[in-house]
Amino acid sequence: MSPPALSVRGLSKAFGALAVTRGVDLDLEPGARVGLIGPNGAGKTTLIHLLSGTLRADAGTIQLNGAAIERLRPEHRVRRGLARTHQINTLLPESNARDNVAVAIAERERLAWRAVWYRQRWAKCREEAQARLEAMDLGSDADRPVCELAYGQQRLLEIAIALALQPRVLLLDEPAAGVPSGEATVIHAALARLPSDMAILLIEHDMDLVFRFAREIVVLVQGSVLCRGTPEQTRADARVREAYLGTRA
Amino acid sequence: MIARLTPWLLALGFYFAFAEQLALGTNVLVMILLTLSLDLCLGRAGILTLGQSAFFGMGAYVAGIVALRVTEDPLIGLAVATLASAALGALTGALILHTEGAALLMLTLALSALLEEFANHATAWTGGADGLQGMKLAPLLGTFRFDLFKHTAYLYSLAVLLVWFLVTQIVIVSPFGRSIDGIRQSPARMRAIGTPVWWRRLCVYTLSAAMAGSAGALSAQTTRFVGLTTLSVLVSGTAVVMLVLGGTRRRYGAFLGAAVYVLVQDYAAQINPFHWMLIVGILLMLTVLFLEGGLASLPEALLRVRRRESKR
Amino acid sequence: MTAWITTLLDGLAYGMVLFIISVGLTITMGLMRIVNLAHGAFAMIGGYVAAVSIDHGLSWALAALLGSAAAGIAGGIAEIFLYRPLYRKGELAQMLLTFGLVFVVTGLLTLAFGVDFQRIPLPPSLSGEVSLGFRSYPLYRLFLIAVGALLAAGLWLGIDRSLYGARLRAAVDNPAMARGIGMNVDRLFTATFVFGCALAGFGGVVGSELLLIEPAYALKHLVTFLVVVVVGGHASFKGSFAAALLIGSVETFGKFYLPSLAPYVSFLLVLVLLLWRPHGVLPAKSLS
Repeated sequence: MSPPALSVRGLSKAFGALAVTRGVDLDLEPGARVGLIGPNGAGKTTLIHLLSGTLRADAGTIQLNGAAIERLRPEHRVRRGLARTHQINTLLPESNARDNVAVAIAERERLAWRAVWYRQRWAKCREEAQARLEAMDLGSDADRPVCELAYGQQRLLEIAIALALQPRVLLLDEPAAGVPSGEATVIHAALARLPSDMAILLIEHDMDLVFRFAREIVVLVQGSVLCRGTPEQTRADARVREAYLGTRA
Repeated sequence: MIARLTPWLLALGFYFAFAEQLALGTNVLVMILLTLSLDLCLGRAGILTLGQSAFFGMGAYVAGIVALRVTEDPLIGLAVATLASAALGALTGALILHTEGAALLMLTLALSALLEEFANHATAWTGGADGLQGMKLAPLLGTFRFDLFKHTAYLYSLAVLLVWFLVTQIVIVSPFGRSIDGIRQSPARMRAIGTPVWWRRLCVYTLSAAMAGSAGALSAQTTRFVGLTTLSVLVSGTAVVMLVLGGTRRRYGAFLGAAVYVLVQDYAAQINPFHWMLIVGILLMLTVLFLEGGLASLPEALLRVRRRESKR
Repeated sequence: MTAWITTLLDGLAYGMVLFIISVGLTITMGLMRIVNLAHGAFAMIGGYVAAVSIDHGLSWALAALLGSAAAGIAGGIAEIFLYRPLYRKGELAQMLLTFGLVFVVTGLLTLAFGVDFQRIPLPPSLSGEVSLGFRSYPLYRLFLIAVGALLAAGLWLGIDRSLYGARLRAAVDNPAMARGIGMNVDRLFTATFVFGCALAGFGGVVGSELLLIEPAYALKHLVTFLVVVVVGGHASFKGSFAAALLIGSVETFGKFYLPSLAPYVSFLLVLVLLLWRPHGVLPAKSLS
């Protein structure tokens, strides 16, 4: 039996006296669609930072396709096949949309360190970048600088860049956050089109989106996993309602 | 195409038209090279540094020491000096490039201050406060003598500048150059796509150090003198001023800034040796407050103003 | 043994001077988070104004007061017209503008006074030596130590622990929000900057025996002041206090006991400290 795409055991992180992540266990099979939900302050984004390497965990292990990565720097985890999007857009503001994606492709193809003999391969990177933008309906805006794009388009670009890295595991940190409801459906549609063999962990507050997208839901409360199960099981679980609403409903 | 060649044509024109001012002209060329090195490091990679003087001085002293003790061949001196500065850049860069912002700035300052103190005390090698004097240079390529009127010196410097300019142009448009630009815009984004940020920064820093070292070597060889001032923070500061004045990340921004600065300083110094600091300071402040892209962006800025006026 | 103690006192005195001058920079660079390379220029202005005042027959105390006030006023004008446009333009722009300001002030002072040192003669009440039991020691240096200690205590109480400090930090963290709850952010910033520069001016005056007043002052000591602030941890008064004393003592001991190594020691110290703790040796709890 092949190992899960992503396997987390006992992940913990504290800032001084404040324990933000407490012994989190998580498994993502190839092709998984897992939604991570929890009330504000539960530590969802911190968990993503720990997985992507932006933060170093105090304890616990993270295995990507069976190989331990908890000691690796973010850029090395990306090389092994783990990509993420950010809750707040982290794009190259002065470059245009196509270049944002092309640079990621060049990095993936080990082209980005080159100063000579790159023309053909760089042209291919740009072609692929254009194709990926078209897949996100951003093709016509490929030449526009990122700062001129609508917020929803920027969110889509974040996802496009992450996809361009051809990761095996994708962490999506609130992809629809801050997007006006008119544009949110585009994001929902893009998520539905994600490759079926890619393991995806989705953080979202938009319950509609999560329950439609996820086949498994993990509920995080105050840094530890409260429960996990199918969307129906989670919806029915009294503890989840209590965690969100604070009273016995 | 003509626009691209203009600075080089001007430089050649200067050679013929102002044959008595070639010492000044050579100084301009050396400063352009120094500013170009800073544009690579600060302008393109976003590495905040006031420590470029360490590499300039290193290059100058090594070139001087080679000429006095090893060989008078200028090209060998240039090569050794460039390599030495590159080595210094790689070493110091490896030490400090994991920091950013103000902390990095402090470290670059501390390092160059350290080097300056060392040079002050290592009098056997550097001549201490008196500096290195009396170096002789063999004819360039065996034929071109370094004459008193700086004919050879000027064209030699121009050639070295051209070579480095082409190198930087090649680097800037390459995928490597793009990733450096990305690191400047958003290190977080570049990390998120798997870029080894620290390594790329180190590469740029080393290249920039090599360039500054070449500039120092040229300075030493064309003036036959190396003093402690080559290592002072004033050199770094001047380079920053020249860069900002001309405009960062512009093909000829460094050229414009260095030329304007050196010429203004020379002119102001003739009136009063102390005025130039005041003038340069004012120029710098005005540029920062009102002309963000530097002088090289002046045409665009004026166009924008004219467009706004015509809309009324 | 006695030599050791006097060297220590010398180091403390020097450290206190560094602290008094640099603490204003802790306020501007640390609390207000602007890259301010021109801090030494304000210290210098204080020194020059004091020197001129004494030349015109004013008492030392009054001269010191005038020097601080002049530095403060210069700071206020600079803040309103030069620094304020740059709060949002980023570190590079601030670094460049303040560097240009250093050039301008240095140039102006050279024009007005020439390149020689300015002397600020000590008042009779503070000169001379005092018996410490085993030997006598300059009274003025003890005065410096006392003033520095008082200042540190006063600042810690007055800013770190006060409502003023909290409001300042709030305004720096989120100016829009602070304005939204009615704080006059502009006035707060200007007042704070004036205070920081006045402190610098005061330091320039009282420290003129150790850091001589000359036009090259601002550039010469640029690295030292910055180092105290950054090593001390940007926004921490305790930190810059500790850093100033550490650097002052190390440099003074170095000059006395290891003269050939002395100049390197302080820079090496800085390098080691910054590499070990890039965010400052005693990071302030108030830093976000």
